[in-house]
Amino acid sequence: MYRYDEFDRTLVNERVAQFRRQVERRLAGKMTEDQFKPLRLMNGLYLQLHAYMLRINVPYGCLSTRQLRRLAQIARRYDKGFGHFTTRQNIQFNWISLDEAPDIMAELAEVEMNTMQSSGNCVRNITADHYAGRAQDEIEDPRVWCELLRQHSLLHPEFSYLPRKFKLALTGAPHDRAAVAVHDIGLRMHHDAQDRPGFEVIVGGGQGRTPVIGKTIRPWIEPQHVISYVEAILRIYNLYGRRDNIFKARIKILVNALGIERFTALVEREWEQIRDSGLQVSQAERDRIGACFAPPGYETLDDCSEELAAWSTVEPAFGTWMRSNVAAHKVPGYAIVNLSLKAPGRIPGDLSADKMEWVADLADKFSFGELRVNHRQNLTFVDVRQADLHRLWKLLDPLELATPNIGLASDIIACPGLDYCALANARSIPVARDIGLHFARSDKLQQVGNLTINISGCMNACGHHHVGNIGILGVDKRGREFFQLTLGGSADEHAALGDRLGPGLAQAEVPGAIEHIVDTYLATRQGDETFLQTYRRIGIAPFREAVYGQDNKTRRVA
Amino acid sequence: MALIKNGRETIDPFIRIRPGEPLPDDGALLVPLCVWQNHWERLVCRRTAIGVQLASHEHPEIIGDDVDQLDLIALEFPSFRDGRAYSHARLIRERYGFAGELRAVGDVLVEQLHYMQRVGFDAFEIVGDDPLADYETASQDFTVWYQATGDGRHPASALRRARSRLRDPS
Amino acid sequence: MLIANRLTDGLVVFRAADGRWVEAIADGLLIAGEGTAAARLLDAGLADAQANRVIDPYLIDVSVTGGRRTPERYRETIRACGPTIQVER
Repeated sequence: MYRYDEFDRTLVNERVAQFRRQVERRLAGKMTEDQFKPLRLMNGLYLQLHAYMLRINVPYGCLSTRQLRRLAQIARRYDKGFGHFTTRQNIQFNWISLDEAPDIMAELAEVEMNTMQSSGNCVRNITADHYAGRAQDEIEDPRVWCELLRQHSLLHPEFSYLPRKFKLALTGAPHDRAAVAVHDIGLRMHHDAQDRPGFEVIVGGGQGRTPVIGKTIRPWIEPQHVISYVEAILRIYNLYGRRDNIFKARIKILVNALGIERFTALVEREWEQIRDSGLQVSQAERDRIGACFAPPGYETLDDCSEELAAWSTVEPAFGTWMRSNVAAHKVPGYAIVNLSLKAPGRIPGDLSADKMEWVADLADKFSFGELRVNHRQNLTFVDVRQADLHRLWKLLDPLELATPNIGLASDIIACPGLDYCALANARSIPVARDIGLHFARSDKLQQVGNLTINISGCMNACGHHHVGNIGILGVDKRGREFFQLTLGGSADEHAALGDRLGPGLAQAEVPGAIEHIVDTYLATRQGDETFLQTYRRIGIAPFREAVYGQDNKTRRVA
Repeated sequence: MALIKNGRETIDPFIRIRPGEPLPDDGALLVPLCVWQNHWERLVCRRTAIGVQLASHEHPEIIGDDVDQLDLIALEFPSFRDGRAYSHARLIRERYGFAGELRAVGDVLVEQLHYMQRVGFDAFEIVGDDPLADYETASQDFTVWYQATGDGRHPASALRRARSRLRDPS
Repeated sequence: MLIANRLTDGLVVFRAADGRWVEAIADGLLIAGEGTAAARLLDAGLADAQANRVIDPYLIDVSVTGGRRTPERYRETIRACGPTIQVER
């Protein structure tokens, strides 16, 4: 994990002091809400339906147990005893008071956390592959570059008043677990023809009202130029992004309007001017930060997959859990364990303060005191000894953190929706819960296999519904909640936007519609095709017929 | 409204000219871009100071070759949300090498002064009860930053290098 | 009724007859119809916003059944009663 030095600490403390002064002025009436709102947003403080919401950065998803325990304390002392992990690897607290926010920020600073730029028209939390540094398929650990970019974009004097928010994601593996294709800038590490590691730069991806898959602006760039290249893109965006219409202000609109060739030419011309300036990353800085991400003290162990397989025949539930929740680790004898925050009936991504502390204890014991937040709103222990898997499973299960559903149909992404969010049109949490319970009852989860279901409560798409295999968008029609389904979305290296299935459904009809869709898949799949593969082969018509056809009970809604 | 230049409250010596207004014979003038473009021969012949004001949609490359003839460039913030002038300021200082007064005008908030200083502004039109006090407080908000800009002040990376050399002079 | 967020803690509040801002919808001032009384209530709320007591006050329609007050818009029901699902424990 990156460790703050005195300069990082000073910056965060100065920011907290600045915000404290601003809050005092606001509460004393020396600042209007119009003047104050952008300031509190740039410190991650929203005003939502019920109270202020505070969004705390978890940089590229990396969290220490010390930080997690502090989050638990904050949840208890300042909130209602729980937190919510988001699709940008952040954590949110929903019941914050403005007058306590500076104290919370000070307590976060003590454990090297902050809320800076988690909102506002600036560069937001940089997200990454949650298996970074550990996955077997990884080419190079992207976290050094994440940290360099995080520092470079933090309180950047030129780029704090962009046309709109700006999101970056990085992956160091060919299998994209960070959804880089739907970010404003996505960076994907790979080797060039001379086998040198570098970044593919993808620009102009995004969801929301006008979802777009990003386009490659530069197939390969040397890592030491990544900051200057991102700087060039940000400068072009800051200069030419639209400022007349907030719904057309993201960089994806600019890229589409100019066309990728012209946009690339502008960026490259700017980059030529700045590439050899002080923005090149020095080896000393790479080394200093790289040292923070050095591998922990692994024991020399043998791979024991065979023993684990044998154990699974004796205890099938353990085997089921391993198949879905445990991933291969690059170091023999170790494994990556996903903790599912999607137990049946639970709110996706929520975790109580008590459970946070249990998780911290388990991470200390089983995973070198660190964990990851992933954008599917789950947690990950990236360094568990294979020999400890059974013991860990037995401890996770009573905490409801071992539901064997990672990547399966009940591993649902859901935004907070109308239950919490001032922007929402409909509630996503009850829909997620109903679908999750439905699959828990029907026992088809393993049979269906990999199926991502993503739910957003409004067009802002914080639930990433466009890139779910099944996407669900909540809309408001004449004061009632309806849900539009899309099929065939994908957030990985073959990113795709979902296709609209048909007219909106009432909330009560959604689980049944999902059932029809899943049954159609099971009836038509060939071999071990995933849902997505079957969908791409047979198209949307059979699914549409299944959900809206004459001989089923789903009521059509105009 | 007060003009703070180089950390002191100053009377503005420049007369603001609006488009279509006649140009006085004497005095330091601050003209909009269109006036500069239409009358630059006359303007550069004057012996008094000349300044150009750019709106936020006017890219400074238009005057990039002329900066040596200018004593003042004013960049307008029509709304504090419009951040284009931060990039414009850096280009004016770092790309075109302008060494005169770079002034922030319009919707300039105290909270932005630190950023504006770092990108090269050295003069600010600020409203408020006590603009100079606000300016001084805001100027001290931060002592550490990560980004190097044309203002030459050391970013954290330089401070880190210096510190590590102190610890290990070899 | 007039609904807003309290400045200090962001909680949902309703303006009461005596000018206080209360958390329970049952304790807020309920005005029949949309006449001058409603306009006066809104003005009072806007003045309170100016005075930095609340943020974003606006009028909402409320129906009364058997003594229970229910906002017309579902969004305001959620604001008045809280999230519709159980909190994680």
